[in-house]
Amino acid sequence: MNVIALEGWQLGLAALMVVALAACTTMARLGIGRPLLIAAIRTAVQLTLVGLVLEALFASARFQWVALMAVAMLLIAGREVMTRQRRRLRGGWSFGIGTMTMFLSSFSVTILTLTVIVGPQPWYTPQYAIPLLGMLLGNTMTGVSLAMDRLTTNVWQQRSVIENRLMLGQPWQEAIGDVRREAMRSGMIPTINSMAAAGVVSLPGMMTGQILAGSAPALAVKYQILVMFIITAGTGFGTLAAVAATSRRLFDQRERLRLDRLSTPKG
Amino acid sequence: MPALPAPKAATSLSLAAVAVGDLEDISLTLAPGEITCLSGPSGSGKSRLLRAIADLEPHEGDIRLGDQSQESLTGHDWRRAVMLVPAESQWWAEDVGAHFDLDCQAGLEALGLSSDTLGWQVARLSSGEKQRLALLRALSCRPRVLLLDEPTANLDHATTLRCEAWLGAQARQYGMPVLWVAHDPEQIKRVAQHHVRIAGRRLETSI
Repeated sequence: MNVIALEGWQLGLAALMVVALAACTTMARLGIGRPLLIAAIRTAVQLTLVGLVLEALFASARFQWVALMAVAMLLIAGREVMTRQRRRLRGGWSFGIGTMTMFLSSFSVTILTLTVIVGPQPWYTPQYAIPLLGMLLGNTMTGVSLAMDRLTTNVWQQRSVIENRLMLGQPWQEAIGDVRREAMRSGMIPTINSMAAAGVVSLPGMMTGQILAGSAPALAVKYQILVMFIITAGTGFGTLAAVAATSRRLFDQRERLRLDRLSTPKG
Repeated sequence: MPALPAPKAATSLSLAAVAVGDLEDISLTLAPGEITCLSGPSGSGKSRLLRAIADLEPHEGDIRLGDQSQESLTGHDWRRAVMLVPAESQWWAEDVGAHFDLDCQAGLEALGLSSDTLGWQVARLSSGEKQRLALLRALSCRPRVLLLDEPTANLDHATTLRCEAWLGAQARQYGMPVLWVAHDPEQIKRVAQHHVRIAGRRLETSI
């Protein structure tokens, strides 16, 4: 099967639809036109650049270039996790915990999948490694940032309750237990929901792409199931580690609640 | 319900050169079974001193329970022994009873609370009921020292007297040293064996 090649003018037509939407919202004074256009331009520029990078990467297929790309993706994801926090841990801890937990979960799950399950030769073949890592990092990033944000926000709001529980002699893990459960839940809910709705309500993006590119649906489905399972594992372990590390950091060695370790939100 | 644990040997609580916030060089010994009242102007650091004794706030100086130093116990073990009851209590579960581990019917009666209070929803408690239940909740953990931050602020006069009598009896029965933040000179006369006052950055003894 041949893939129908997309020309520039075809993308231009699709872009016209976004421009039309922006024009309508601007006329209705809804204030979303500008951010919409900026985001659309960013999509076009970022994806074009990444296409060039991937072409070069696939052509060379050297381990150090794949590793460099992976590290760059990780650092950008870590920065993104940090900027999505309303109340960050001071002293770089938000960036550190976010990056570290995403590294531990996404990288180990990707490497495990490549070496044990899929098995391309060599295992770091960029056509497999980079898309898999990208999907894992993207989802883990969402889980980790949602969970960390919910954790720090709720600890701030419920500080009196947590301190009263400490006063009654509860260990810190028990005093923050409710908040931790809530944070873990909000980190995992998007993943659980997308698994539950997959195929019934939504056709997942990766599978759609593979089918458009000419794969047999049965094979695309198998890949999609694989990807959903490893995304769940990666997001789950990453969120688990981030919630554990963040809540530990909110208490000192005397089990005192240390809200002075959180920054105040801007604006 | 589990049986009440046997009361531990009564011990005194001692502070030596404690500094927290604006306060410095606070030294004080609280004897077993005796109530010491702490007073001072608003914002002078009474609550912060109590938080430091309960080890909820970083501070300097040496705090000991008998011959055990604060650092020799974990944070939660220390706070289980040296129990702070804050001015405003917090309730996290729906039912009142979920906050209590032990049977405390006798205490409910002594504090003038209905015997089925533990089956109530937290949302229907008045501030005075919450205050008395917070005292009961703290004492049902059988602490060895009690730190009270204005424990009768929301109570009418008759209930205040009832609480004072009950707290005094509990302190004597279990040999607990009690540090009690109070403003009312009449109350201090009624309950306290000792009275200390915050003046500037220091503590001075009144009785």
